[in-house]
Amino acid sequence: METSTSRRKLFNQLMKILGLLGLGLSLVILLTLIFDLIIRGGSRIDFNFLTSFPSRRPSEAGLLSAWVGTLFVMLITAVMTILVGVSAAIYLEEYAKPGPMSRLIELNILNLSAMPSILYGLLALGIFVHQFRLGASLLTAGLTLSLLVLPIVIVSSREALRALPPNLKEASFALGATRFQTLIYYQLPSSLSGIMTGVILALSRAIGETAPLITIGALTYIAFLPKSIMDPFTVLPIQLFNWLSRPQPAFHVNAAAAGVILLLLTLSLNLLAIYIRIRVRKSVKW
Amino acid sequence: MGTRQSRGWVEKIFETWFAACAYLSIAVTAGIVLTLVWESWPFFQQVGLVEFLFEKEWTPLFSDAKFGIQPLLLGTLMTTLIACAVAVPLGILIAATLSEFMSSRMRQVIKPVIELLAGIPSVIFGYFALIVVTPFLQKWIPSLPGFSLLAAGLTMSFMILPLIVSLSEDALQAVPSSLREASQALGGTVWETTWKVILPSASSGIISACILGVSRAIGETMVVAIAAGQQPHWTLDPTEPAATMTAFMVQVALGDLPHGSLGYQTVFVVGLTLLLMTLAFNFLALQFRSRIRKSF
Repeated sequence: METSTSRRKLFNQLMKILGLLGLGLSLVILLTLIFDLIIRGGSRIDFNFLTSFPSRRPSEAGLLSAWVGTLFVMLITAVMTILVGVSAAIYLEEYAKPGPMSRLIELNILNLSAMPSILYGLLALGIFVHQFRLGASLLTAGLTLSLLVLPIVIVSSREALRALPPNLKEASFALGATRFQTLIYYQLPSSLSGIMTGVILALSRAIGETAPLITIGALTYIAFLPKSIMDPFTVLPIQLFNWLSRPQPAFHVNAAAAGVILLLLTLSLNLLAIYIRIRVRKSVKW
Repeated sequence: MGTRQSRGWVEKIFETWFAACAYLSIAVTAGIVLTLVWESWPFFQQVGLVEFLFEKEWTPLFSDAKFGIQPLLLGTLMTTLIACAVAVPLGILIAATLSEFMSSRMRQVIKPVIELLAGIPSVIFGYFALIVVTPFLQKWIPSLPGFSLLAAGLTMSFMILPLIVSLSEDALQAVPSSLREASQALGGTVWETTWKVILPSASSGIISACILGVSRAIGETMVVAIAAGQQPHWTLDPTEPAATMTAFMVQVALGDLPHGSLGYQTVFVVGLTLLLMTLAFNFLALQFRSRIRKSF
């Protein structure tokens, strides 16, 4: 009896150590990979790298068209995401009556959030590129990515709206304000930071997406800057992919440098979202 | 009071817009299904379902074109299997450690780090697979080629690990602490409590997390497009290069195929196959998810 208890305790300790080892090892592997990327790519980043177009010579090649493209695509995505995603969240949270239809929309959004991103690319190729004849343009890319991140924004905006205390909403109704006035003057301003957190997280997902943009036919070699939203484009992850698929190791260094910048952008968007969330939690006292 | 009436109009317009945006999400799903079916239709009329399912070669762009989905399907299944063989047990172990063995303070530090890691773009994991993981594996398996199912699958396991850990940990945390306390009051160790009480109670949520991980691995594109290989190849050997369904789509999209040609349609055919697989897995995950809600 004594030995069986101590054996059980020993086994408990063993499993704890195994678990901590698994956690530690996984974190160490992932952080080593990131560290390795920064070491290989970091020194390649300089002013010329950021202000040159891609080139056949790896040492002269730069990221200019890629980061400008990413900037424009993200702007279009942000506008579309806010216009459509937040509106959908408002409808589902404030206007929709509970019933089979709202249930269907909710299930559908859950399903969309687990859909492979490349299928959004095929949707865009069939509809935006060929049916609407928008081509492989900045506009198509922005529309595609905003559809892709729509579930993220809808879910987080709904949560932000739901988190508001209902008594202020009722007070607003009691003063004779309509549902819409309550929304414009109280609910949206009060939940703005929660909604913005969701939008920023959505953009951090969109900024690294590669597959759907390759699918719509985004070019991998662009040596000019777009002048309108109907122009062809390239973005950071596609440029990275392009350099990575060249055989010369010097291009792989460029890919690492592009990876560092992409990683920095993704992480800073994520950290910004976390910062807003923490600040809101501290400041809001109803 | 003309202003009040015009205000009513404005409100009506906005309400309609809000509703339209909500219904757009249904239109997106319908759009994906219809586009894939519409563009695949001529392919199946020309090739036929029998060749598609039972032919062992996929060479749509050759002059002697063969259209068997098996090699691509096998590539996807192999990379997914490798990724899940590592990520599922490791993910559950890490989630259990985080949830049951660690203090809530440690958990509050580590969980956000894991969620941050879950946000790393997949193209960067593709870089890791090609530049770091493959050379590392070649030290152990000298015959390993520059592209392989093994390197892509292993890298993918680290990509889906944060997702599985994060969702499984949520499921474990959702188990009422009364169960935990009861088991420990009966003399169970933390591990015994975890293994015999907590994990079974959270099983629906954990299974749902793992299925979502599988679904992510099936649809993952950049890692396999970069590191698994470009040639469709019927093989069960993980150390060989072979294209997956998603890798094939990327490869064709990078080329310049005319709209409406048979080669162009194959992308949608493969996409439709991918859609059916993902829908099946998502449906399974939803089933398990709704079961959690019922149990507590």
